[in-house]
Amino acid sequence: MAASKTGIPNTAATVETDESGYTVMNMGPQHPSTHGVLRLILTLDGERVVRSEPDIGYLHTGIEKTAEVKTYQQALTVTDRMDYLAPLSNNLGYSLAVERLLGIEVPERVSHIRVLLAELQRIASHMVWLGTSGLDAGAMSMFLYCFQERETILDLFEEVSGVRMMTSYIQPGGLMADLNPGFLEKTEAVVEELTKKIDMYYGLLEKNPIWMERTKNIGYLTPEDARHWCITGPVARASGVDWDLRRDRPYAAYADYDFEVPTRTVGDCYARYIVRMEEMEQSLNICRQALKKIAPPGVGVPYRTDDRKIVPPPKYEIQYSMESLIHHFKLFTEGFSPPPGDVYQAVEGPRGEVGFHMVSDGSNKPYRMRVRTPSFTNVQLIPHLIQDLLLADVVAILASIDFVLGDCDR
Amino acid sequence: MSTATISDEMRALSSKFTEAFAENFLGSREDRGELTLWVMPSAWREAAKLLMEAGFNHLSDLTAVDYLDREPRFDVMAILASHKTCTYLRLKTVVDDQQPVDSLTPLWVGANWFEREVWDLFGIHFTDHPGLKRILLPADYTGHPLRKDYPITGPAGSVFR
Repeated sequence: MAASKTGIPNTAATVETDESGYTVMNMGPQHPSTHGVLRLILTLDGERVVRSEPDIGYLHTGIEKTAEVKTYQQALTVTDRMDYLAPLSNNLGYSLAVERLLGIEVPERVSHIRVLLAELQRIASHMVWLGTSGLDAGAMSMFLYCFQERETILDLFEEVSGVRMMTSYIQPGGLMADLNPGFLEKTEAVVEELTKKIDMYYGLLEKNPIWMERTKNIGYLTPEDARHWCITGPVARASGVDWDLRRDRPYAAYADYDFEVPTRTVGDCYARYIVRMEEMEQSLNICRQALKKIAPPGVGVPYRTDDRKIVPPPKYEIQYSMESLIHHFKLFTEGFSPPPGDVYQAVEGPRGEVGFHMVSDGSNKPYRMRVRTPSFTNVQLIPHLIQDLLLADVVAILASIDFVLGDCDR
Repeated sequence: MSTATISDEMRALSSKFTEAFAENFLGSREDRGELTLWVMPSAWREAAKLLMEAGFNHLSDLTAVDYLDREPRFDVMAILASHKTCTYLRLKTVVDDQQPVDSLTPLWVGANWFEREVWDLFGIHFTDHPGLKRILLPADYTGHPLRKDYPITGPAGSVFR
């Protein structure tokens, strides 16, 4: 029988008894409420959790190592695959980090489009969280409604980038392509529709006694503990840590937007739910503001920087300009080489702080790409939250943390 | 860009460090609007504690970089944020292969997994860590993949070759 990473043997049966008579049980790696491949080793006294240990790494694909052998443009595509529920937030963090390494600025319109897409992405990600946590807590209809609404947002992403999920649309230097004609109108319609739907979700959940019973007064996290455990994002804000990188360290064009950062001080599962719901409303608010600021696509409207060392020239220029042809060739064979140095760029992803620490040695490939992901720190918190609670509450708490194992394991 | 600013208060940390750590403070650098402070490994935890008390209450990240040809070989860094002044800074130390670093877990419990990851992928030891074992890779794995001398195709004889 092969020993697992944690030393507990992988037997065919998943339930065992340890020397003190407690039941040791594997929750996961294949368990619906672990939302991916998280293995939670629970030591139970009856239904009470005595000890717990998360076992991660099942989705480790060596993304940081892979990035070291890719050029800067190629490494962008691996960032999609970390937090697969929020690829655009990862693209944004990566692109901003590389732009700061290069020392370039992107046109204002690009920053506004990035804000719009990042906020739509936040809503889409929160929709998955809301649907699956509703499903876990017994409100099954939430799953069906939320995934339907999420699909309308993914359709928008598909329209601009060609794919629903692994977009790679936000790139160092700007965007992959300009918005489609009619994209802004479609987005406006989706935003209006979602505004109505969020009221409906409130109605579906707030009047559901099972949901209220299962989320209120469980899984408390104090603000001191949130700081101590390096927690960021909605989980920290639900515990009274008033810290949102969009407001406190504005990147892209967030400084031009007027929005609130929802916080709660209770720190239970219900507070985390309310914070995310209010965050979605604020995201819709930001989207509405962004839609007013973004000029429709057309000739002469920038969608990326015109620095030919970073982004390729338009196709028609290659037909008559030797320099353009050379730039095109150099970019796609060699890429660009930022000056040596290192930067840390953090963005507020749907789950918290997504930080890209990029080290350049002056070559065309990142010397090191380190990604600080919010799921990694948030999964670490699980044993602290579920200590001494009942097994049924573990499911609700796991759902309220909203982790993505791809983001956690990289 | 508003994210790239270093205040005079942060610059003053340099003199504070000189005062506190003398020759164990290796210097500071400003690059692209970010401040980096270097200390010797012996002053690592004290320096982090000093910064924590100076308002840098959030440990954003703890990681390492392998400079294979350099002596000492690794940079170990902590990225700290101040929720009060909304600023970031980097604290770095330099260690050689087999040279341990003090764990930051007494200051932030959350440093636990960051340090386990650095041990797993770089093979850097942390003293006083409550349970330094592999985290992303299986327990019976040999080697530390993020080291620069570890081949991208995996170890020799690997099925991925």
